[in-house]
Amino acid sequence: MSSESSKWPLWEVFVRSRQGLSHKHVGSLHASDATMAIANARDVYTRRQEGVSIWVLPAEAISASSPADKDILFDPANDKVYRHPTFYTLPDEVKNM
Amino acid sequence: MTKAQHFEWLLSLADDALILGQRLSEWCGHAPALEEDIALSNVALDLIGQSRAILTHAGLLEGEGRDEDRLAFFRSDREYRNLLLVELPNGHFGDTIARQFFFDQFAMIRYGHLAQQTFDLEIAAIATKALKEVRYHAAHSAEWMIRLGDGTDLSKTRIQESVDRLWPYIGECFEAHPILDAAITSGAMPDCKSIELTWKERVSAVLAEATLILPTDDWKQVGGRNGLHTEHLSYLLAEMQAVPRLHPDAKW
Amino acid sequence: MDLNQRFEDYIAADQKIEAKDWMPDDYRKTLIRQISQHAHSEIIGMLPEGNWITRAPSLQRKAILLAKVQDEAGHGLYLYSAAETLGAQRDDLMDALIEGRAKYSSIFNYPTLTWADMGAIGWLVDGAAIMNQVPLCKCSYGPYARAMVRVCKEESFHQRQGFQIMLNLCEGTDEQREMAQDSLNRWWWPSLMMFGPNDESSTHNEQSMRWKIKRFSNDELRQRFVDMTIPQVELLGLTVPDKDLKWNQSTGHYEMGAIDWQEFFNVIAGNGPCNKERIAARKKAHRDGQWVRQAASAYAEKMRTKVTPNQTNAA
Ligand SMILES: [Fe+2]
Ligand SMILES: [Fe+2]
Ligand SMILES: [Fe+2]
Repeated sequence: MSSESSKWPLWEVFVRSRQGLSHKHVGSLHASDATMAIANARDVYTRRQEGVSIWVLPAEAISASSPADKDILFDPANDKVYRHPTFYTLPDEVKNM
Repeated sequence: MTKAQHFEWLLSLADDALILGQRLSEWCGHAPALEEDIALSNVALDLIGQSRAILTHAGLLEGEGRDEDRLAFFRSDREYRNLLLVELPNGHFGDTIARQFFFDQFAMIRYGHLAQQTFDLEIAAIATKALKEVRYHAAHSAEWMIRLGDGTDLSKTRIQESVDRLWPYIGECFEAHPILDAAITSGAMPDCKSIELTWKERVSAVLAEATLILPTDDWKQVGGRNGLHTEHLSYLLAEMQAVPRLHPDAKW
Repeated sequence: MDLNQRFEDYIAADQKIEAKDWMPDDYRKTLIRQISQHAHSEIIGMLPEGNWITRAPSLQRKAILLAKVQDEAGHGLYLYSAAETLGAQRDDLMDALIEGRAKYSSIFNYPTLTWADMGAIGWLVDGAAIMNQVPLCKCSYGPYARAMVRVCKEESFHQRQGFQIMLNLCEGTDEQREMAQDSLNRWWWPSLMMFGPNDESSTHNEQSMRWKIKRFSNDELRQRFVDMTIPQVELLGLTVPDKDLKWNQSTGHYEMGAIDWQEFFNVIAGNGPCNKERIAARKKAHRDGQWVRQAASAYAEKMRTKVTPNQTNAA
């Protein structure tokens, strides 16, 4: 019964919860255009002052890494523990570094 | 302006918001899309919030111990001061949007002035908050006017019909009235003509973008500010007021 | 590694399955069924309460109820979104609902007859829903679990506002107290039915538990709900319509009387007091909105084709 032309595309919604933080994915919604998507995102995802800024992105525009590639994409970083500050033990005298 | 006039004037502001909020809340659960259901409820919530603040202020000014609920639930249709426009039934989504669009543009200009005036500082504070809300409402309704006007042939026909149907109720927004005159004299409101000019300018711009025609007929339906309403208001009030009137001593 | 093995390992290690991860077909189907039923329940659930927004007895109550029912629309939306990550389409799910092919919580097929029902629903129905939903925040499917975290956060005010309505009624006039008791009488058993059939007759329990889509059994959750709620009933000075209800000192639980499962299965089968009205209302909203959704799509299409190639590249 629902005719093809009445379907609104899916948008992914990203909200910056506070100034200084990055936008975080919060969910998705349907809207006919970007203006409506932003308005709807405001009403759907920030009814309790959850945000100061909104991004919307057509869901179909997102390219994702394949879960099957998880090993080759992310495992190589496994043994580079020296990238993390906790790798380095400092004498107690050095307080803030 | 006398205290009685001041009180009546506040009622007219509050009743516009309350009755339209009540009408919009009827949409809850029935809108064309889930997202739009949430949007319409948001607008309704803002309007009800505005009416509560103004009614409370009016009750305190009157000094007879009437709070927001006493004023909302225990006045008859003859004592309601809202525009006829806001009490009209929702009709289809286009009717609701056109009514909202016309009112939002009016409310935005009116709150803009109210936020600036110094005759009633409480109202200035309420208007400052309301203005942010109404700007958002106005964007929402204007965007829909454009989508429906410049959407399909069917939607264009329907929304143009809505515009034409509602047009006779627009004049009342800018109609002179003794209470309003008193508010104008004391500097609380600008004269009606200047509001009307700004309103027409903004409305025309949106309608042009929506490829819709602004009616030129200047016949107007008035009476709301005097408590002489359409047949629709007493039904609305009967529904809204039924429970508190059945239990007049109850607290909820 | 074998895909199924990897999936099982994830589940065993309490890792979340994400939208693009491989998953068994049955897991996907079970989730789509459960999430969409849940979404439908939120949307249908708007109707019995929406029924009283225009008649709320104070402006504050009107605002609270409107905000509450609006939240339910949001919940439906979060959940439909979660179902969409599994490849379902909201339009198809909606069609299934209005054509009567989909299930939703049986509770919303009961009528709301007085203002007190707004209290009983918030307190009992949202209360039971929270009981059901909190464990789902830890469900194995990531998007569902995250949607439930959001839902549960918002639900917390729903139950409180309901209880507060009941409290005000019980502290009010005689008529108000009667209204509250009458409402409890009508909503008590349907609320207990919300947890679903007894464990021995529930069909989906075992596999769902193994997949960590479900974390506690129907009876377990129902018992928790009764144990939590009875002291609140007493606080209100009301009585539940169950003459067999008694405290069992040795188990530390309340024992409840027999649930009328015939009624439950009748309502599920479409023969509750309001099944037809609920579906008809959704159908009407969907059909009446068709021209609006089409107009918005047509307008967006016009704007899209208006954009010159230059502008497209500029982004
Ligand atoms: Fe909910
Ligand atoms: Fe729920
Ligand atoms: Fe809820």
